[in-house]
Amino acid sequence: MSPQFLFTIEVIANGLMAGVMYSLVALGFVLIFKASGIFNYAQGVMALFAAMTLVGIQNGQVPFSHLINAVFGTNIHHFGWNLPAIVAILITLVVMVLFAILVERLILKHLVNQEPIILFMATIGLAYFMEGFGDLMWGSEIKILDVGIPSGGSLWLEEKTIGWAAEGSNYYGMYIDKLDMIATVVAILLVISLTLFSQYTKTGRALRAVADDHQAALSVGISLRKIWVIVWTIAGFVALVAGVMWGAKSGVQFSLSLIALKALPVLILGGFTSIPGAIIGGLIIGVGEKLFEFTIGPLIGGATENWFAYVLALVFLVFRPQGLFGDKIIERV
Amino acid sequence: MTEPSARTENDQAAQLPPGATAESVSEEHLLEINNIEVIYNHVILVLKGVSLTVPKGGITALLGGNGAGKTTTLKAVSNLLHSERGLVTKGTILYRGQPIADLNPSELVKQGVVQVMEGRHCFEHLTVEENLLTGAYTRRDGKAAVNRDLEMVYDYFPRLRDRRKSQAGYTSGGEQQMCAIGRALMSSPETILLDEPSMGLAPQLVEEIFEIVKKLNEQESVSFLLAEQNTNVALRYAHYGYILESGRVVMDGSAADLRENPDVKEFYLGVAEEGQKSFRNVRSYRRRKRWLS
Ligand SMILES: Nc1ncnc2c1ncn2[C@@H]1O[C@H](COP(=O)(O)OP(=O)(O)O)[C@@H](O)[C@H]1O
Ligand SMILES: [Mg+2]
Repeated sequence: MSPQFLFTIEVIANGLMAGVMYSLVALGFVLIFKASGIFNYAQGVMALFAAMTLVGIQNGQVPFSHLINAVFGTNIHHFGWNLPAIVAILITLVVMVLFAILVERLILKHLVNQEPIILFMATIGLAYFMEGFGDLMWGSEIKILDVGIPSGGSLWLEEKTIGWAAEGSNYYGMYIDKLDMIATVVAILLVISLTLFSQYTKTGRALRAVADDHQAALSVGISLRKIWVIVWTIAGFVALVAGVMWGAKSGVQFSLSLIALKALPVLILGGFTSIPGAIIGGLIIGVGEKLFEFTIGPLIGGATENWFAYVLALVFLVFRPQGLFGDKIIERV
Repeated sequence: MTEPSARTENDQAAQLPPGATAESVSEEHLLEINNIEVIYNHVILVLKGVSLTVPKGGITALLGGNGAGKTTTLKAVSNLLHSERGLVTKGTILYRGQPIADLNPSELVKQGVVQVMEGRHCFEHLTVEENLLTGAYTRRDGKAAVNRDLEMVYDYFPRLRDRRKSQAGYTSGGEQQMCAIGRALMSSPETILLDEPSMGLAPQLVEEIFEIVKKLNEQESVSFLLAEQNTNVALRYAHYGYILESGRVVMDGSAADLRENPDVKEFYLGVAEEGQKSFRNVRSYRRRKRWLS
């Protein structure tokens, strides 16, 4: 095999894995949008907040320590323990459940039946509030997230593939980050469990019912408020997974919340209402931007990854506004 | 023969429907609506003092033209008004003697009151069977009981059994109506608030659906409050009827009496008595109505 061909495969593999990350974030949007018609602007900040909380809890940081110290003149920062990653993750999950309940109590409950644009504005407010609240709670410095996910290229894969190229060519094997591989596996497991949950459990069925028709769901006795809490909890969970993966990759800092922006083109491609759409859309964008950068990039000066996804999304908006997999609107006369 | 009773504001209509013939209709009042007013968006007064009762085991029809307030009345009972920015501002609604204004729809379904909404409202991306199963959402009596009821629904609506795996959105209008009624049945209700089941369906299907409603009433002892524009069909299947015009009950009586009433005949059934179709008749009806409301 020629090194060129092997490079291309490597690019595609890396693209797929980057795509999985995009899909993860997009998934959070789709879940909330389906169940409540809300475009949750705060999804990215939720991922940031979840990652910050995880780091803080794992390192035994005292929440609101700056505030406490300022008010009481104390000087506390740490509880002085380090929790195992799994314990910290579980506690963070509990925090995300509490967060979902608070969102329902303090925001959604008061805005039922409002126009979607008002709900959208509310989530913008929520995003900025959480951003500040997260900083207040855990401090705004860049944090290192280490939950024991190995990183660096996979030597195993490099050794396996080094012999694939023709004898004597300059090929040192495929480079794929272990973290990306693990993220891919985690994302696949997450999607499978979400699918099983929504297809085969009573609550999952109720979620889909609410997504289809709020009024009818109410009329059979499904409590919308309960469903919203469940949906925001799941979205919080997805945000946590996304936050952990991105955070482990590039540190926990404000820019992590901007991954939400990458999810937008994914949503436009995949459709706002389709879970498979979010996944495939993410993969297409991931592979697309890596391949584009690899093949066309050098010709036009590179750095195409910054805009490729948005241009692709624009093209889609023009030709297929409901996305690849957006809910078919069933209409009968 | 008893004349349909003229109604005044204070008439509680608490008596047993005079013409009720079916033995299964008991004297017990399941649902009592007393003089309710409903306002939408804080300004639009839609119901202006509606009172009616639904006896246990009966089919009670709520008749009237488009916009009369039938749907609003049903939603006031099932508490689905909130989600439409409607509010009951006056009067009381009692179910088995207890006020139900503060219950949410979910609690009401648990108490045995479920609404089948106008225009069916199936979950279109769910299969027919999944639709039916969502009806059992509030139940806590176990899978076996739910499955038994599922079979019961399929026995009443064999068409649904054939289409159990189809997405509800792709089934016909009649099947969707059956699906919506079946879904309500899955909550094992005591009272079904059924809103315009005949809407948009071919006459033969309408007949089929009303036959099933009648069977459900007789065999499963489900009581119905049935909102219908199709007065003709409704009065053939109901035991008692109320006629609603612009948010007021203008007439009520046993279905048999209403069917024979000349005003109902002319204005709702579309059959004038011979030689009487005259302007004088309209005027006298108008006069009577004003006097009533
Ligand atoms: N959500 C709403 N907001 C404002 N007005 C409404 C609403 N729903 C119904 N109405 C008005 O209330 C009146 C009664 O409507 P409805 O109860 O649906 O009548 P029916 O079911 O008898 O056709 C109509 O004039 C209608 O325009
Ligand atoms: Mg109506």
